[in-house]
Amino acid sequence: MAPHKIVLRFDSTTSDQPIIYHLVKDYDLMVNIVKAQINPHLEGTMVLDLDGEKYEEGIDYLRRQGITVHPLNQEVVRNNDRCTSCGACTCHCPAGALYMERPSMQVHFNGDKCVVCLQCLKVCPVRAMEVRI
Amino acid sequence: MGIERTYAEINARIKSGKAVVLTAEEVIGKVREQGLTKTAAEVDVVTTGTFGPMCSSGVFLNFGHSAPRMRMTRVWLNNVPAYTGVAAVDAYLGATEIPEDDPANSDFPGEFRYGGGHVIEDLVSGKRVKLKALSYGTDCYPRKEIETSITLDEINEAILFNPRNGYQNYNCAVNTSDKTIYTYMGTLKPRLGNAHYSTSGQLSPLMKDPNFATIGIGTRIFLGGGIGYVVWNGTQHFPGWLKDSEGNIVGSAGGTLAVLGDLKQMKPQWLRGTSFRGYGATLTVGLGIPIPILNEEILRFAALSDEELHAPIVDYSNNYPNRVGGNLGLVSYAQLKSGKITIDGKEVPTAPLSSYPKAREIAHTLKDWIQKGDFLLTEPVQLLPGPDAGLTGKTLEIRS
Repeated sequence: MAPHKIVLRFDSTTSDQPIIYHLVKDYDLMVNIVKAQINPHLEGTMVLDLDGEKYEEGIDYLRRQGITVHPLNQEVVRNNDRCTSCGACTCHCPAGALYMERPSMQVHFNGDKCVVCLQCLKVCPVRAMEVRI
Repeated sequence: MGIERTYAEINARIKSGKAVVLTAEEVIGKVREQGLTKTAAEVDVVTTGTFGPMCSSGVFLNFGHSAPRMRMTRVWLNNVPAYTGVAAVDAYLGATEIPEDDPANSDFPGEFRYGGGHVIEDLVSGKRVKLKALSYGTDCYPRKEIETSITLDEINEAILFNPRNGYQNYNCAVNTSDKTIYTYMGTLKPRLGNAHYSTSGQLSPLMKDPNFATIGIGTRIFLGGGIGYVVWNGTQHFPGWLKDSEGNIVGSAGGTLAVLGDLKQMKPQWLRGTSFRGYGATLTVGLGIPIPILNEEILRFAALSDEELHAPIVDYSNNYPNRVGGNLGLVSYAQLKSGKITIDGKEVPTAPLSSYPKAREIAHTLKDWIQKGDFLLTEPVQLLPGPDAGLTGKTLEIRS
């Protein structure tokens, strides 16, 4: 069976926990870290390939730690016609995929960096960010 | 003493294609390069722009008469209620109105995906909008209900009338509490996790004419992609000076404008339905104002840069909602635009809610209109109260 691609999102109280150690040691899971990032507020996101017989138990463990887990079967795209380049998203993107170019103050979106945390969909005032499944 | 110019002289130069027009951004460099006196002698007009959420926006609509005729007592457009205490088939749709069945904040934080501002954007986009109305019926207006649809082209009038737009300056909003808060300044993370601001700084219209020396009733402006007018001071018009702890002036305070224009001329890219999670719906409005360089003093203010213009940092978790005065310091727009500021020794990331690139585009569009001779300047029939008027906000007291 192919490994599960998942996105983990940590808050500042969980981002310093040795979760990979526990996934490997306690649940015998094979882990491939695709992307990982912690922002200055100690909030983190991580994209993993995760495989093993105790996959579901490993996911339960993550959720018990207060880490949100969702499958990476979505892609975030920007509707460039709707985006006004205001910048309201830029403080909320944990992966730096939405960022402001200076001095033009133009907002850019780098889909390669996106970890599909969906924060931008919540904070964009003009609903320019969309999910493609 | 330097130059003195009249509106008539500037308009004559615009008509002859000789007017020198610079954006508020461009004129900063020009003044730095060659000084105030020489620049004032050369430049006729400085154009400004801003593109940000402006809640006090709305549109007066006249739908035309059905057969039989109807005196509309209640009106909904795409399920969003409009105010009908006007004349028979007129209504005013406010940008912040939401559908009656919207869950609002009952499932906190609410999404506010569609409201009056979105209806205005749909109308100006040429989309067909559902119109539903009810009435009690009269001898002259017998119809009691109607369900139909309209487009902007099919109705008589659509007059955008925004009683409080173009804020001169605004707070830089932060959150000192331990939980995320959802405000009209966006989502603010706990413990000074981010700082949001919302003006175009050195491009912002009223920051570049802080004395209201040129902007007044009848000033022709860029509004929503069309031509509009300043019709009065805005509500909560409290112009004044922002001062640092030593009493030095470091920017202007809170003047506002009431503006009006024909929605049929406007464009959806300059009137954008907007949602703030946990707060509500509104409209992002494009506004641009030309500043005639009548003398050197007017240019001196029009050439103020982001380094010289400041905003107060205000805590939206406690002080703002509880109307506690004071601030956490002043910060320049140059610092805000750099992407981080320091508050109480902590580095805080910043982000705007108003679009600087779009503000620049508005200032350039207005410059283009003037240079082509398509847009003449109007001399206000009356200037608006400036900082010397001493206007300050009244508070609402709770009485039994």
